[in-house]
Amino acid sequence: MSAVPATVPVKRGETEGSYLEDGHTLASWLLTTDHKRIALLYLGSITFFFFIGGIAAALVRLNLIVPQGLLGSAETYNRLFTMHGVVMVWFFLVPAVPVTLGNFVIPLMLGARDLAFPRLNLFSWYLFIAGGAVTLWALLVGGVDTGWTFYTPLSTGYSKSHVVLAAVGIFIAGFSSIATGLNFIVSIHRLRAPGLTWYRMPVFLWSMYSLSVLLVLATPVLAITLLLVTLERLFHIGVFDPAVGGDPLLFQHLFWFYSHPAVYIMILPGFGVVSEIIPTFARKPIFGYKFVVWASVSIAVISFFVWGHHMFVAGTSLYSAILFSILSYLVAVPSAIKVFNWIGTLHKGHIEFDAPMLYALGFVGLFTIGGVTGLWVAALAADVHLTQTYFVVAHFHYIMVGGMVSAFFGGLHYWWPKITGRLYPEMWARVAALIMFIGFNLTFFPQFVLGYLGMPRRYASYPPDFQVLNVLSSAGATILAVAYLLPLAYLTWSLIYGKRAAANPWRATGLEWRTPSPPPTVNFLETPVVTTGPYAFGAGDRMHHHA
Amino acid sequence: MPLARAIECTIMPSGAVRHDFQYATPAYQSQTAVAGMWLFLATEVLFFGGLILSWIYSRHWNPAGFDRGSQRASLAAGTVNTAILVTSSFAYALGLLRIREGDARGLVRCCAATLALGLAFLAVKFGIEWPDDFRRHLFPSDPDFGVQGPQQGGARLFYVFYFWGTGLHGLHMIIGVALLLWIMHRTRRGDFSKRYHTPVLVVGLYWSFVDIVWLTLYPLIYLIGRSA
Repeated sequence: MSAVPATVPVKRGETEGSYLEDGHTLASWLLTTDHKRIALLYLGSITFFFFIGGIAAALVRLNLIVPQGLLGSAETYNRLFTMHGVVMVWFFLVPAVPVTLGNFVIPLMLGARDLAFPRLNLFSWYLFIAGGAVTLWALLVGGVDTGWTFYTPLSTGYSKSHVVLAAVGIFIAGFSSIATGLNFIVSIHRLRAPGLTWYRMPVFLWSMYSLSVLLVLATPVLAITLLLVTLERLFHIGVFDPAVGGDPLLFQHLFWFYSHPAVYIMILPGFGVVSEIIPTFARKPIFGYKFVVWASVSIAVISFFVWGHHMFVAGTSLYSAILFSILSYLVAVPSAIKVFNWIGTLHKGHIEFDAPMLYALGFVGLFTIGGVTGLWVAALAADVHLTQTYFVVAHFHYIMVGGMVSAFFGGLHYWWPKITGRLYPEMWARVAALIMFIGFNLTFFPQFVLGYLGMPRRYASYPPDFQVLNVLSSAGATILAVAYLLPLAYLTWSLIYGKRAAANPWRATGLEWRTPSPPPTVNFLETPVVTTGPYAFGAGDRMHHHA
Repeated sequence: MPLARAIECTIMPSGAVRHDFQYATPAYQSQTAVAGMWLFLATEVLFFGGLILSWIYSRHWNPAGFDRGSQRASLAAGTVNTAILVTSSFAYALGLLRIREGDARGLVRCCAATLALGLAFLAVKFGIEWPDDFRRHLFPSDPDFGVQGPQQGGARLFYVFYFWGTGLHGLHMIIGVALLLWIMHRTRRGDFSKRYHTPVLVVGLYWSFVDIVWLTLYPLIYLIGRSA
């Protein structure tokens, strides 16, 4: 994408300083409407929640080292896996890429000064913090034991834990998601630079657009559902109460109407990140651009019609189960298109194995495993055997952790020089990426086997025959923990000691690389004009990789 | 419609470069704000949609109980409120026409009328109708619930939806009242003119939407099953 006129490279101290130098007071951060600063506020917040959720996961794996359970109480165990699920889903996975990387690079990729609604953007961060604080409060005063899915009638009546507080926290955070999605959609419609037509947009923007549609249309349904649960719990009567003719199964329909699209809310940003990294490090335009972007859109649309596959054994009719099974198979088509196109992009590419690329390649492999095992559980007969076992746990962790978390780290490394103006230590980053890949597989591959052998999920104890595989999984979790702490250490180190980054250290395409690193507060000193499609790598670029 | 125009001038993926750039003109800014409000209203449709879907689904399984519940609801209060609310949206639309002519004082007068009608709605709903429902033991968790016999469960469920539905709608009305006060304040301060009155338009969309939610709740509460 060439910018005409080429964006003026700014030297430090000349004309405008970078956004990082534009104010050093606390208020200049907490009251900022600059999308780049808000992205950093979010980055700090989701990192915090990632470690809270991670500690809960560590305790879950610690408990499962011995068959009778190391923590002693099933009650404690229930609260731990609920805390892990709630924090990871709503306070890390759903927001992670959109609110940090998305917030930072969307306006830059668009050639705009900011998002369409900068104050709404800041407000969404405060909603996120408020929601997070209420949820943390619920966890600190004793936690929730319903699992992250809040199934009725456990959540509305029988549970003796802090369901209301947790639900209110998630409710508030949901409005933060809605605000973010709304802002992204309007920005992408309205703020594209001259010449940046839809088919000239980087794939990341299409992913963010598709994801935002899901955020905007699915999250309100979660909000009303949690509100109904909360009111039912407070007044001891409600919509899901069979004593007055209500239907507990209705909760599952409403919940999964949000939560299945939410799976794609979590993975679509990963697709976007990987679709930026692979062309850059293969030095080739993405293979089948239109197929890749329309695959994102189709995934967003189809994801609204598959929620019933979570309810095959919940007593739904056989006909609806067959229909939902077929529809679930359909989602595999656009997902597979993406995988084939990434591989097509790699074919005969000049591949560089820098850290972002390692994460992206890890993503492709692990997402494929997660996706193919998804077909197993979409198949009715197989699901009856596999549902509620560790097979399902392994399946969605391959998508969420193997896929999404890898993509998040890939994107974080890829745009780190742009965000901070510093290069991270490449060797350490490659080591961390490899350790993460190994630790991840060691943690979750044994869980496929455990599930296939019939070990149910959400139990604090298990028959002694399963111990070897459980110990392997817990050992893997330890390695994974090291892999997550490493970037925290060296990325923080790079803030002070890292080498200064040039405007375009990867020789990537895209408007975000045509402004200094870190960008000035106004993003572009002169409005860029776009005359070509994305990923137009010049022939000369193939030679030198690092600036 | 501004939204249609907004989509029209941006969604065309053709190679031809012909769209207004970003925030170049006030008209473009206005369309952007309006597009944001429409999208927000889409989220509200899904929010109330979840409630209304559950409502219809539950009625399907408990038709007689819901009929009994509906028969106890105050048709007079509901109908008066419908008239009040529709008139309030009409008053606001007149205000929008006034400011398009540059008549800020006309807008303030129309906002005052809208505000008075909105407050009247809230007074009827929460000052008269709800207290009366409580007196008649229609709150769903009331131990001596006002409907006895085999249809008690379904009628209680009806009143779950009645109270949660009208409560949420009322909350939206209260937010709308706050927005009206804000529009009146800004108009008096001289912020709006013939050329710039985007917030007036945006708040008007919100107010009309809340109106439309009521037009969905009204038959669900007061009409369906009344004569059964």
